[in-house]
Amino acid sequence: MTDLAVTSPHEWNPGALYRQVRYVLGENPITLIAFILFVLIVLAAVFGPHLVPYDPLASNTAEALRPPSAHHWFGTDQLGRDIFSRVVVATRLDFLIAITSVALVFLMGGLAGVAAGFFGGWTDRIVGRIADTIMAFPLFVLAMGIVAALGNTVQNIVIATAIVNFPLYARIARAEASVRREAGFVEAARLSGNSDWRILTFQILPNVLPILVVQMSLTMGYAILNAAGLSFIGLGVRPPTPEWGIMVAEGAQFMVSGEWWNATFPGAALMLAVFCFNLLGDGLRDMIDPRRRT
Amino acid sequence: MTSLLEVAEVSKFFPVGGAPGAWRRLKRRLTGGVEKLAKVHAVDGVSFVIKEGETVGLVGESGCGKSTLVRALTRLIDIGDGHIKLGAREVSLKPARVFARDRDRAKIQMVFQDAGDSINPRFTAFEAIADPLRRLRKLKGKALRQRVETVASQCGLPLQLLARFSHQLSGGQRARVGIARAIAVEPDLLILDEPTAALDVSVQVVILKLLQRLKQELGMSYLFVSHDLSVVKLLCDRVLVMYLGKIVESGPAVEVFEHPLHPYTQALVTAAPRLHESANKRLRLVGEPRSPIDPDPNVCRFYGRCPRGTDACRTTMPQLRSFGQRHVACHFAEEFLPI
Amino acid sequence: MTSSVLSVEGLSVEFRTRSGIVHALENVSFTVSKGETVALVGESGSGKSVTAYAVMGILDPVARVTVGRIVFDGVDLLAAKRSDLAAIRGRAIAMIFQNPRTALNPIRPVGKQIGDMLIRHGKAPRRNVPEQAVEMLRAVGITDPARRAQAYPFEMSGGMCQRVMIAIALAAKPSLLIADEPTTGLDVTTQAVIMDLIKDLAGKMGMATIFITHDLALAGQRSDRVVVMHAGHVVETAPTAKLLAHPRHPYTAELIAATPDSAQNLEELAAIAGSLPDLRRTDLPPCRYSERCSRKIAACDQPLPQAFLGASHLVTCWNPLPSENASGTRVSAA
Repeated sequence: MTDLAVTSPHEWNPGALYRQVRYVLGENPITLIAFILFVLIVLAAVFGPHLVPYDPLASNTAEALRPPSAHHWFGTDQLGRDIFSRVVVATRLDFLIAITSVALVFLMGGLAGVAAGFFGGWTDRIVGRIADTIMAFPLFVLAMGIVAALGNTVQNIVIATAIVNFPLYARIARAEASVRREAGFVEAARLSGNSDWRILTFQILPNVLPILVVQMSLTMGYAILNAAGLSFIGLGVRPPTPEWGIMVAEGAQFMVSGEWWNATFPGAALMLAVFCFNLLGDGLRDMIDPRRRT
Repeated sequence: MTSLLEVAEVSKFFPVGGAPGAWRRLKRRLTGGVEKLAKVHAVDGVSFVIKEGETVGLVGESGCGKSTLVRALTRLIDIGDGHIKLGAREVSLKPARVFARDRDRAKIQMVFQDAGDSINPRFTAFEAIADPLRRLRKLKGKALRQRVETVASQCGLPLQLLARFSHQLSGGQRARVGIARAIAVEPDLLILDEPTAALDVSVQVVILKLLQRLKQELGMSYLFVSHDLSVVKLLCDRVLVMYLGKIVESGPAVEVFEHPLHPYTQALVTAAPRLHESANKRLRLVGEPRSPIDPDPNVCRFYGRCPRGTDACRTTMPQLRSFGQRHVACHFAEEFLPI
Repeated sequence: MTSSVLSVEGLSVEFRTRSGIVHALENVSFTVSKGETVALVGESGSGKSVTAYAVMGILDPVARVTVGRIVFDGVDLLAAKRSDLAAIRGRAIAMIFQNPRTALNPIRPVGKQIGDMLIRHGKAPRRNVPEQAVEMLRAVGITDPARRAQAYPFEMSGGMCQRVMIAIALAAKPSLLIADEPTTGLDVTTQAVIMDLIKDLAGKMGMATIFITHDLALAGQRSDRVVVMHAGHVVETAPTAKLLAHPRHPYTAELIAATPDSAQNLEELAAIAGSLPDLRRTDLPPCRYSERCSRKIAACDQPLPQAFLGASHLVTCWNPLPSENASGTRVSAA
């Protein structure tokens, strides 16, 4: 067992954190690959729009539907726009959608679930009924319905994704909280003068977090797919905004006539992103859960 | 010695199948009826006193009500009947829900049986010990750190272990963290729920000696719950024997174990493995324990399992009677009194 | 030697873990005769459970037996073919575990679990199995066995679950029963009843028993012989009464002195000095107790001897405690 550094015990220890991160990344090469991919995605999201060779919105019909070449690495679409630039710029939008959806559902679902699990009684019943209502609908249909009702904006896509995932987070959080409600350390916390709310926030929530974090990374992949799906059927982002889903939708019709690059590259980007987030989930859990630390 | 804790006729019953839900309560209110619920008599009319500086042992098999009693004494749950007085104050009046913020919260503390379970897996040892100090003594920063280190040293916990999490500590070290946390706020009464049950023999010795030393240094009283009679005999001045929610015998520990008066105590004492004695002469109990659900108030709780069962046992509940310092609830206690 | 049911000879086991090789057992030897009850005593980390698991053949996959033999009824279990082992394990040697409720299948009625065992070892024609399961429940002292056979483990008390486990273990009429801390967690009165039951059934079936415990007092009351283990070594083996009255190995003496029952007051109770050595060390001394021992002498750096004191009293120590009569024979064989 490696000792944590012997500084004042309750100070934040960056050295140990760094060593911990390196250990987890070194342990599993797949986590390392996912982490590198994640960094690339973040870089693309942040710097992409400034570094792309072409304006993603600039159409040039003379250059329409060119296959991949030295000028256009991913070819051009039906309006002559450079697909590579569009794919990279779309990263920012899709990433943002993923992050905000996940943050929203974690706050709503996670907190509601923990409260339901810890307090039981009416809190549990109300949260349960809300979750049941949401689960009564096929999830994608519900997302469609919400976006159709509220309008085709990015905010509404985020809200729809969050609502649709609420039951899952609430259920996970509730299960974890209700198990820990009986734990010895909760009683010890009561003896130490902690009120119920303090116990919920400082004792229970930190224990529920690792499990939710894994779920969050999976949800990020789902959120992107959800947005892509909605765009595919015309309920998502509107053209000409570059977004992977809408690009696949528009490009799909050209697959049959042989212009494969329209749909394939955005599709591949989608796939890589989801793949990366899923793998990252495990690595993140290892980093956060102290029981896995040695 | 003055009395520190006074427990008088404390009872706690639990409805069978959990508390009635909203529908049942509504139904009761509408029908105006008093729909009688079956109740488990976990603790039934328990009375005893703990004096200052005393170590009182509490023994009894699982299901006897000791954990419920302990939870009631630490004010984690409310009692149904009776009262609990700490010094002059009746602490049972304040509901358990809000007792966490009471000014006397620090006076009654507990060391848990499973030290690992009682420490938040995401807290370091330091944070675990600091928590009650932050909440009940409002200590911060340097003062907090000094107090935690003092207490840790008192409990024989090396300071560099304070940065560790509970899963990185050995069983004995975790036990010390649990003890350090409990004594950090200088309680008057410390309840120890089988603190050495999960420990190896050699670690147990060290922890028991530590507990003895701390008691003397800090002037606390102990309620020591254990199923290990030989440990109780070593550590406790007096012992209470519980059976199915009632105290059946109490008295000075050595006397109770050497000359048990109640047949249940006799069964316990003779069943406990002794190093230099054979296993043959134990008092065998027949049958199953009686049900704790709505027991007949006139029938001795031990009737049916006791080797003796007379009409008196079936028609009159034996009361706790005094014989000097000893108290026994059995109609036939006199037969076993040492001459 | 009288008919020995089990003979463990020079068993060494190591575990390959991420943080190094753990030398869990080294040169462990002891025998169990027909109908004998042997207590395997030691603190956590002493290797007693590892020994039992090795005999049963249920060691963790990262474990490796480096050297030694486990001879059961003439067959070396470590060298036997898988098909032969299947006939022995569970049938001729049975095991019961600590914490009975979790050792039983929670979603299967207990009667069926006993039945599974009976069917597996072909002890009864299929149609007789439910009836025989009920008989086994009766034999282990469960009241109203016909009704209880339908019950699930969570509906039963700890003591009853342990009885069920005993019933399952004895279904195939084994000649050796290994009980790993069978009564830890049970009340003292229940403990006594369970131990009586095991003794009773063992007597009726002529079965030998190994029971593993950290409770020296329990071992003292319920066994014919005691094998004391420390850090993967057997330090002393002797008939129970003799071992408790006149221990020869310093660790045994310390263990007795640390048992609460041996002291009149808390001051008399003595802690054992030092702590278990880390079994991952590559520089472990030949005697793993020497670093904690108050009787250490220069010879203790040599490989351990095996001293036979009388027919069945064995101690592995260069400087054992003197015996009650000064002329204790000391035969050192390295």
